[in-house]
Amino acid sequence: MASPTVSRVRRQLPSSPWLFAAPGLLITGAFILYPFVSTLVNAFTDRRTLIPGEFVGLANFRELLHDDMFWIGLRNSTLYVLGVVPALVVLPLLLALLVQKNIPGITFFRSAFYTPVVASIVVVGLIWVWLLDERGLVNSLLEAIGVGRVGFLSDQWLLLLSAMAVTVWKGLGYYMIIYLAALANVPRELHEAAAVDGAGAVRRFLTVTVPAVRSTMVLVGALSSVAAFKVFSEVYLMAGPSGGPAGEDTTLVMLVQRTGTGLTGRVGYASAISVVVFVVTVALMLLVLRADRKDAS
Amino acid sequence: MTVVDKAPSAPARPAAPREPRITDEHGRRVRVWELALRYLLLLGVLALTVGPFLWQLSTSLKGPTEDIFSSPPRFLPADPTVHNYERVADTIPVWDYALNSLKVAAANVVTNCVGAALAGYALARLRYRGRTAATLAFILAMLVPVEGIIIAQFTTMRDLGLNNTLIGVVLPGCVSALNVLLMRNAFLNLPYEIEEAAFVDGANVWQRFLRVAVPSVKGTLAVVAIFAFMGAWDDFLWPLIVLSDPSKFTLTIGLNYLHGTFANDERLVAAGTIIAVAPLIALFACLQRYFFRGVGEGAVKG
Repeated sequence: MASPTVSRVRRQLPSSPWLFAAPGLLITGAFILYPFVSTLVNAFTDRRTLIPGEFVGLANFRELLHDDMFWIGLRNSTLYVLGVVPALVVLPLLLALLVQKNIPGITFFRSAFYTPVVASIVVVGLIWVWLLDERGLVNSLLEAIGVGRVGFLSDQWLLLLSAMAVTVWKGLGYYMIIYLAALANVPRELHEAAAVDGAGAVRRFLTVTVPAVRSTMVLVGALSSVAAFKVFSEVYLMAGPSGGPAGEDTTLVMLVQRTGTGLTGRVGYASAISVVVFVVTVALMLLVLRADRKDAS
Repeated sequence: MTVVDKAPSAPARPAAPREPRITDEHGRRVRVWELALRYLLLLGVLALTVGPFLWQLSTSLKGPTEDIFSSPPRFLPADPTVHNYERVADTIPVWDYALNSLKVAAANVVTNCVGAALAGYALARLRYRGRTAATLAFILAMLVPVEGIIIAQFTTMRDLGLNNTLIGVVLPGCVSALNVLLMRNAFLNLPYEIEEAAFVDGANVWQRFLRVAVPSVKGTLAVVAIFAFMGAWDDFLWPLIVLSDPSKFTLTIGLNYLHGTFANDERLVAAGTIIAVAPLIALFACLQRYFFRGVGEGAVKG
């Protein structure tokens, strides 16, 4: 239907389509695609910030195998996925069910629950550093109820756990919106049929709601696992640039940032770690999508 | 009895003040205890999500003599003061940082709206050799994890001599591939007939783009603008890498610096974070309906 128009346009202004696409293509090519390719290339060189570097084959990757810090980073980024993803798949769904019902004031609650998503991660990180401080609000409350003070930010594992909690806290509203959209499309008849059959709220949730939003749960799982593996800001802010006690809370992206920047930055080595990040995130995506296909069949 | 009761009430119903009908998603009335439980849960989540911001606000307003570490905690400042906000400005050039953030965010909004609309239009509405390749380039770019390429982005920026400049902060995200694809979808959903009418009237491609196509996708453009602003205002990792000169810092980097240098004075850090978050919360409050686009429409349909 449209082709005559389009072909006439083409004769009229032959160069204009590229003029339209040029700014976007230029920026994307120069600052996303070219850096991506150069990351892949640099990973096989010993390039440093001020030294061009030479091809070294797999030397960077061999060195990774013996680098304790790399294994710590890989461990923490993996733990992050395992800790954060189940919470971000389940909790926002429950929250969406809570705010789904149109009761007076619900718009206010929805917006309010979205506030942590809007706030910058730096603000969020600093707020929680203050809340979880040895003398902060959480510890004051814990002391008031007789639990006593907990060193959330001084213990290696509690620190990682706290950062995960902050990630979940900040992500709740975002995934809640995704679930709300999915819930709006669940056919009402299914719920009614189940109710007629005598199914209670919990049973209806498990037999009607969950299967109906299953593909959304997979999507949320994929998005949140990729994001969790690449975690940087939360841990950087709460544990400090060096990654907590003895660097034990360093994540892979923190390691990339620490290794690759500065005047002595080892660009080649940091690129090799980046390649590991690429490979794992792609693998995570495939894993989640594959699980989806298997369940569906 | 029943008959007598029903007969007069039927005509009287329209006149009676309508009670707010509180129904669930299936149109059934909600029981009172269930409603109470719901509000209780909502208030609990409200305390968890908004409480930390209020606590930060409260801390920022507490004076130098007030004990901010008291146990049990004091939720309201005994003697509220804005002194801490003045002190932040004495300690770091917080207003300059805010201005830098504003410049970066404003530039990001303009470039993303213009660049994504142009490219999206080219991908959706214009036909030329290489269009599929161009579309593919944007799809690939969208899949590249930014965290993995920051070092190469940094070396690219240094080769261009743009590291440690605000332009360098803006450039990599100034026409995001995701936004281009969003605009492409918006243009694809427009009926061709509208543009054909303009074409018959003698409008060239630029006129059709500016006068017909763009005004029809204002909603998507608004979403692109909001997310471009938030993304730039909130970004941390990239400015941290590209900016080294403290006079060029954006707010997020400045706050991190403030936190690192003056970690002992929580009132100061709190005031800084409130300065950083207040404009965003205000912006969000004004534009919140755009954040929930589609959700409401879906609810009506369902």
